[in-house]
Amino acid sequence: MRVLMFGWEFPPHISGGLGTACYGLTKAMSKIPDIDILFVVPKAYGDEDRSAANVIGAADVVVDQQQLKLKGFQKEINFIKVESALVPYTTEEEYFRLMAQMKEKQAQVYAAHNFKGKLHFTGKYGANLYEEINNYAMVAAMIALQYEFDIIHAHDWLTYPAGIAAKQISGKPLVVHVHATDFDRSGGNVNPYVYEVEKNGMMMADKVITVSNYTRDIVINKYGIDPAKVITVHNAVEPVYRENGNTKPYRDKIVTFLGRITLQKGPDYFIQAARKVLKRMKNVRFVMAGSGDMLNRMISHVARAGIADRFHFTGFLSGDDVYKMFEMSDVYVMPSISEPFGIAPLEAIQSNVPVIISKQSGVAEVLNYAVKIDFWDVDAMADAIYALLNYDALSVTFKKYGKEEVQALQWEKTASRIYQIYSETVKK
Amino acid sequence: MRTICFYFQIHQPFRFRRYRFFDMGINHYYYDDYSNESILKRHEASYLQTNKIIAAIIKEYGTRFKVAFSISGTALDQMELYAPELLESFRQLAQTGCVEFLAETYAHTLASLKNRDEFETQVKLHAEKIQQLFGKRPSAFRNTDLIYNDEIGSWVADMGFKVVMAEGAKHILGWKSPNYVYCNPLNPKLKLLLRNYKLSDDISLRFSQKNWNEFPLTAEKFTGWLNHLDPKEEVVNLFMSYDTFGVFHSAGSGIFDFLKALPAMIFKHSKMTFSTPSEIADAIQPVAPMNVLHPVSWRDEARDVSAWLGNELQNEAINKLYALRDRVIKCNDHIIQKDWLYLQSSDHFFYMSTKFFTDPMHASFNPYNSPYDAFINYMNILSDFEIRLNQYFEKTSTTTPAAPEKEKALSAESISEEKKENTGKKKTTASAKKPSTRTKTTSTSKKQKK
Repeated sequence: MRVLMFGWEFPPHISGGLGTACYGLTKAMSKIPDIDILFVVPKAYGDEDRSAANVIGAADVVVDQQQLKLKGFQKEINFIKVESALVPYTTEEEYFRLMAQMKEKQAQVYAAHNFKGKLHFTGKYGANLYEEINNYAMVAAMIALQYEFDIIHAHDWLTYPAGIAAKQISGKPLVVHVHATDFDRSGGNVNPYVYEVEKNGMMMADKVITVSNYTRDIVINKYGIDPAKVITVHNAVEPVYRENGNTKPYRDKIVTFLGRITLQKGPDYFIQAARKVLKRMKNVRFVMAGSGDMLNRMISHVARAGIADRFHFTGFLSGDDVYKMFEMSDVYVMPSISEPFGIAPLEAIQSNVPVIISKQSGVAEVLNYAVKIDFWDVDAMADAIYALLNYDALSVTFKKYGKEEVQALQWEKTASRIYQIYSETVKK
Repeated sequence: MRTICFYFQIHQPFRFRRYRFFDMGINHYYYDDYSNESILKRHEASYLQTNKIIAAIIKEYGTRFKVAFSISGTALDQMELYAPELLESFRQLAQTGCVEFLAETYAHTLASLKNRDEFETQVKLHAEKIQQLFGKRPSAFRNTDLIYNDEIGSWVADMGFKVVMAEGAKHILGWKSPNYVYCNPLNPKLKLLLRNYKLSDDISLRFSQKNWNEFPLTAEKFTGWLNHLDPKEEVVNLFMSYDTFGVFHSAGSGIFDFLKALPAMIFKHSKMTFSTPSEIADAIQPVAPMNVLHPVSWRDEARDVSAWLGNELQNEAINKLYALRDRVIKCNDHIIQKDWLYLQSSDHFFYMSTKFFTDPMHASFNPYNSPYDAFINYMNILSDFEIRLNQYFEKTSTTTPAAPEKEKALSAESISEEKKENTGKKKTTASAKKPSTRTKTTSTSKKQKK
């Protein structure tokens, strides 16, 4: 079975869970003998070497096709990198800012050709995000014409139009994978255009995969999708083999928030809980790791609360620094307002860190050894932090059994479940 | 007869390097040696050239020409480290007897707004440094960027200074003129010299501004303005940054020629004299007390302290800083004492100002991308500093019982600690070795080591 997958770039080119999930899933799928993946990713070009890019088809779509043998993958993956400015979690404003930067970098623009009267691309990025999404869909249509496949799989809303276009050209079934909805990102204030794109993708899809029952409910209730075609397949986590060498050079306990500092992640509730805990105990430090549009407001908030000597900001962390952060942590808190899944708490548990997660998260469905609180209940959050820091019996239990629980969450299971869904869908 | 009082301010802070959360508790070196050295080096040539011009004027007119300098302790430390030739040039100026050096807080700090004891400690430390370098203990005082109010004035008077400089801000002067000597209402013995901001800024801000209606400014024109002041007015206080010459205004603007020509022009076309602040304090009686309830400074349009303490980030950082003082003063470690001083430099708080977004003066001096960035970096450093304090007291509390053996162990430990730092960063040693910035307590600890 050949799968045309519209996904996202793998680590280290990630800004959150979406890239991690795509990576884990694709890697596990490569172990299933029957599956061949044709992986299409948007790739914003900046300083990359473009000499390797080859033009395929009459449409002058510049794509960079590579056969990549990746570590841990059972077979080679066909990668198609499409030059596009789409990045995960793009908002309209961010896209605009990105374009402003791009214009300076963009030394040359590849020429427009329009012979044969087919599609043409100027090589410029879309004037706005929506135009760019549509451009990407047109590229998808071209790729659908060029390649053979049995099923289409699109990850998250930015690629839904691409999935639909590929479906319309090829007539093959479409599976959309909902990693998040705009209800999660916006805290309820959905952008009508984004909602439209999301809903359209789900309506046109033959199957909708959601990463949790929490998200499945949103898809059914808020988007009005037929429950029969919405299936939950929980995410998993890559096993980590690392020695836990707690390298903390001071005795203070560390409580960590790690994620994008945006409305969705509930950073302000974390600060409120920190303030409450600091009233009761002194030998603790709070860390907010990550960046995002609410960072500056959070810094001011901490300064106003008068706890800046005990509350630290690290900025965006990547690679080893993430593990380093986990290794230093005594408690990890994910106070998300609405979290479709949430891989980060699983990574924390792998590093022997007990976690506190909001009930408004998908990961709460798969974890028993975690403290679950309502995101807004900062008193409960403070209580839980205090308890995990001070009552060793509790944290020891959480560490031990939490780790066992997480080890059972394997991408292979997720992949085989998805394979099953493919098979059912193709048969129809 | 009217007299002109020139005073030039020189200050450089020890700027911090990018100090990450992961450095906390591990790396205790905070300074960006490269930018500290290169920024001082960039200023050095201009300062040397201006010193040379002033030396030449003094040579020509003898004691008729007078100027005053206020050089912060951190700037002096940096000169010792990176520009000894510049320091030597100031020493030579000091020997002419025509130059007065003013006292201030050692690290150009905001201590006067936060803690009287700390303020006095730092002023004494700076006065000692000036005496040691230039041979005379200062009798005139100038606070960080002219921060002044009645209370600060009375503290300064209690310390034995006879005159203090302040900003001739409109909102404190009202209808009064800055061109008289005033006194402090709490302690009338303390004379007050107020900066004539119009005439000072004509030179320091507007000299090379081509869209200024008085451009170009010549020595002749400036002397004319001085001559046209009310004949009763006794002093003209021209206070400015020494960066005026060669840094704010490049050599090409003619600023050096202006400086060369001005004394000659004044001597030729007027009966005005030049005096140092202390000479004025001795010679001229105050006309009235000047009430200054809220602190004024020469910074920004507001002429208040909002450039440093205007937002919640700045207030949080400074409150957390001074909360450590009680423990710091009990500390016998000269590196901790030095870092304590350098952490207090007002510049670090200036970088956190949100006026950054609108005021070009803020942006141009700022090594950080945003006030938030500056705040995070500062708080990370301050947190590490606190961790060091805690560790210091943990260590000493286990070793304090005055058993001689244990004492030895302690000193060996602190030496090895110093060595660790030395091998890592050569510059630390250099700055740590300066004897003058050591407090008295640290010199005793040194004896212990021996």
